[in-house]
Amino acid sequence: MTTAIGQPLERVDGRAKVTGSARYSTEIPATGMAHACLVGAQVAAGRVTAVDASDAWEEPGVLAVLTHENLPRIAAQPPLVPSLFGGPAPGETFFPMQDDTVHYGGQAVALVVADTHERAQHAAALLRVEYEESEPLTTIEQGRDQAYEPEAIFGGFLPGHSARGDIEAGLEKADTVVECTYTFAANNHNPLETSGTTAMWDGDELLLHDATQGVNATQLTVAALLGIPLSKIRVLGHYVGGSFGCKAMIWHHPALAALAAREVGRPVKLALTRAQMFTSCGHREEQEQHITLGATDDGRLTALRHHKLSPTSHFDDWAEPSLNSAAQMYACPNYEGAYRLFRANTMTPTFMRGPGDSTGLFALECAMDELAERTGLDPIELRLRNFADSDPVSGNPWSSNGLKECYERGAARFGWYERDPEPRSRREGNWLIGTGMAAAGYPAPPPGTPQRARARIYADGSVVVQAATPEFGTGVATVMAQVAADALGVPVERCRFEKGDTDFPGIAAAVGSAGAGMISAAVHTAATALRDQLVREAVADSGSPLHGADPADVAVRDGVMTVSSPGAPSEAYADLLQRNHRPDAEASGTWNPPGLDTPYGMLTFGAQFAEVAVDPELGMVRVRRMTGAFAPGRVLNTRTVRSQLTGGMLWGLGQALLEANHMEPRTGRWAAGSLGDYLIAVNADAPDVEVELVEVEDRVVNPLGVKGVGEIGQVGANAAIANAVHHATGRRIRKMPITIEDIIG
Amino acid sequence: MSVRGPSLTERGPGLEERGPGPVPVTLSVNGAERELEIEPRVSLLDALREHLDLTGPKKGCDQGACGACTVWVDGRRVLACLTLALSCEGREVTTIEGLAGPDGELHPMQRAFIAQDAFQCGYCTPGQIMSAVALTAEGHTRDDDEIKEWMSGNLCRCAAYPHIRAAVRAVRDGT
Ligand code: FES
Ligand code: FES
Repeated sequence: MTTAIGQPLERVDGRAKVTGSARYSTEIPATGMAHACLVGAQVAAGRVTAVDASDAWEEPGVLAVLTHENLPRIAAQPPLVPSLFGGPAPGETFFPMQDDTVHYGGQAVALVVADTHERAQHAAALLRVEYEESEPLTTIEQGRDQAYEPEAIFGGFLPGHSARGDIEAGLEKADTVVECTYTFAANNHNPLETSGTTAMWDGDELLLHDATQGVNATQLTVAALLGIPLSKIRVLGHYVGGSFGCKAMIWHHPALAALAAREVGRPVKLALTRAQMFTSCGHREEQEQHITLGATDDGRLTALRHHKLSPTSHFDDWAEPSLNSAAQMYACPNYEGAYRLFRANTMTPTFMRGPGDSTGLFALECAMDELAERTGLDPIELRLRNFADSDPVSGNPWSSNGLKECYERGAARFGWYERDPEPRSRREGNWLIGTGMAAAGYPAPPPGTPQRARARIYADGSVVVQAATPEFGTGVATVMAQVAADALGVPVERCRFEKGDTDFPGIAAAVGSAGAGMISAAVHTAATALRDQLVREAVADSGSPLHGADPADVAVRDGVMTVSSPGAPSEAYADLLQRNHRPDAEASGTWNPPGLDTPYGMLTFGAQFAEVAVDPELGMVRVRRMTGAFAPGRVLNTRTVRSQLTGGMLWGLGQALLEANHMEPRTGRWAAGSLGDYLIAVNADAPDVEVELVEVEDRVVNPLGVKGVGEIGQVGANAAIANAVHHATGRRIRKMPITIEDIIG
Repeated sequence: MSVRGPSLTERGPGLEERGPGPVPVTLSVNGAERELEIEPRVSLLDALREHLDLTGPKKGCDQGACGACTVWVDGRRVLACLTLALSCEGREVTTIEGLAGPDGELHPMQRAFIAQDAFQCGYCTPGQIMSAVALTAEGHTRDDDEIKEWMSGNLCRCAAYPHIRAAVRAVRDGT
């Protein structure tokens, strides 16, 4: 029975967020709080030759100056494994201040601790660090010749090279070949809350408040780095001010805060500055992608070649997995994909919203638009002709699909077929108007570990469900109360979801759109276990009206168990507990996710549409409206889901037109280091957005069939915009972002 | 010949030099007098967050670029990260914590933000609401284009912008 799931309930934490009472990780008061300030390397390559802290120590209130000379050594460096796999998850396999080497600009070279924020900051500015500088290498232009094909990327989970069929034979068969190179600027996450940790020791026990997508991930990573038992470290993260991937892996600052707190014997707060958000928690790497499409005259794909080149760090073979969904979108028999990397003076790049697929599908969907033009087919018709009935990579059936409905309903809502396909065919004053579309796909990956939750009902009928996961804007507290309510058969107002604490049952980091699916699976399992336990107790209890009934005949609604037999004997959970003098009852639930070898293609699909207005003389591009249709499986709360999808689509807009960071090739440092330089969409950039939800039933991914919405809203939105710019202007701009210079140039 | 006004850099008569160490400061925040000992260089934002434990105003950039720290000083919205706490002596500071009624009754804008789901992570929200209330009072809400422009000093990385506009419209229209 479903009553609460899917309802557009208001967020249960809305009041805390609009009144300012929600506490984020560096807003936790503590007696004697000290403040830590990171100092980043001023050079991008070389080594630290001297640190003169004498002036810094002159500043009153300074408690510690930690550098490679005196910072305690870490116990062990865990390997880089994506945090969805449930283990330690360092952002890179490098920990700063272990020796004097500088691998990248902004790398932490010192940590200054003082009794106030201002004193720590000023003392940090007074620190004199000297460097022996060597020539940095950071850009694709500089590193292209040193590229290699890695055996595997992504913590070893994805092959560097993959193929199916015979790519050369496929190209031979083609009547038309589209070959394009796409370039992408680096992107920085920039959630409004910077990363930060508050660390407190009590003897040998450590308490961290961390801005993270997974409190367990923080716990596991810090425990490994510091060599302390997991039982001695508790991590809290009740509210997180956005992440978008920069809090998906665990970077250095939580462990550094813990080390500093141990050093000064006081609680320590370490909040990254906005500038440090560009150099301390990963980024989406600069990249170049090369696509070759072969097709017959009637638009059927015969070949798809997709190559990517990007810089990685000195430590890890990392590339965002841009060749994932792109290899699965279309029924193309001949495929070759390859990553090439070169080592650069950069931290290890990391997940950023729509990781991989938002760039990979940008390339593919723009190339498909070119193919549509070449073959004279409507872009949707071309995609339908290449629709994949099964997963083209594995040959397995889809766990669920919905893509055709997304095309259909998105196109209808947007009014797609009203367009004249001819480029430059519509003008309003100085503005050229164009429309574009693109398909969207994003994996629905299972987590690597069992997911757990705990459900408790009190004798007054109220319910608490607990799991370790933090809230970073997804609405998890609201939707998990809905999930628990339906599984237990109680009104949702009686359910509260407690979260963000490693003392609660463990959940992998909520990343890669997997959060809603895996947490709902754990909560559903725990709440169902509690329901079954109470029903079993009632039918076995001679004092209960349900005594002797078959548990299979019992339904629960509004907290009342009722037998479907003549007379319909019934009893409320609360009465059962009260009669037996029990203050509460509790059950745990563990969900064992399907393995990576599950014989299904597991992908979430969508279709994106955009209308742009381009002023060719001023080079301005305004997105006038966007429509997205998505098939994310079961929708737990239409209100929060629409919000997340809307946010994702507007991220696509930012990626298409605004967001860029570039390495200054001589210094090897980022050109942008503030929200003034790194442009993100503001209110005036953001048009109204239409979201169309296509519900598909999925019996494979998890018990409730939830495929997640964190990324799919973003994927393809950038391509729809670029295709619309072409339709408006007749020009193909094969880069992200499209800037004024590109339009004028 | 032009008439020279008083030099902007000249120290006014009544201004004594204070600091650089901590000095006693009295701030009136949300209607209550608060005494604190802070160095003159402490920003209003850090005075509120670190010394008065009012963490509703958020620190998104500390550089005047995001609007998360928006509060009112004498009814005008300011970026608390670019304002020295000392300069607010004798003025009335209002933060998001001072917006709801004394009995906890939410301001209509707070209610509208919840009803329109005008946030996700909530980190920009106190600043958005302080701006939204002020620009609504000033009448800069004639249409969506005007709301868009006037709300563009408050970044929302969760990109709740269309819903933020809906919340402002709802308060404007009393719906
Ligand atoms: S914190 Fe003041 S504008 Fe960003
Ligand atoms: S709600 Fe997250 S930044 Fe606005």
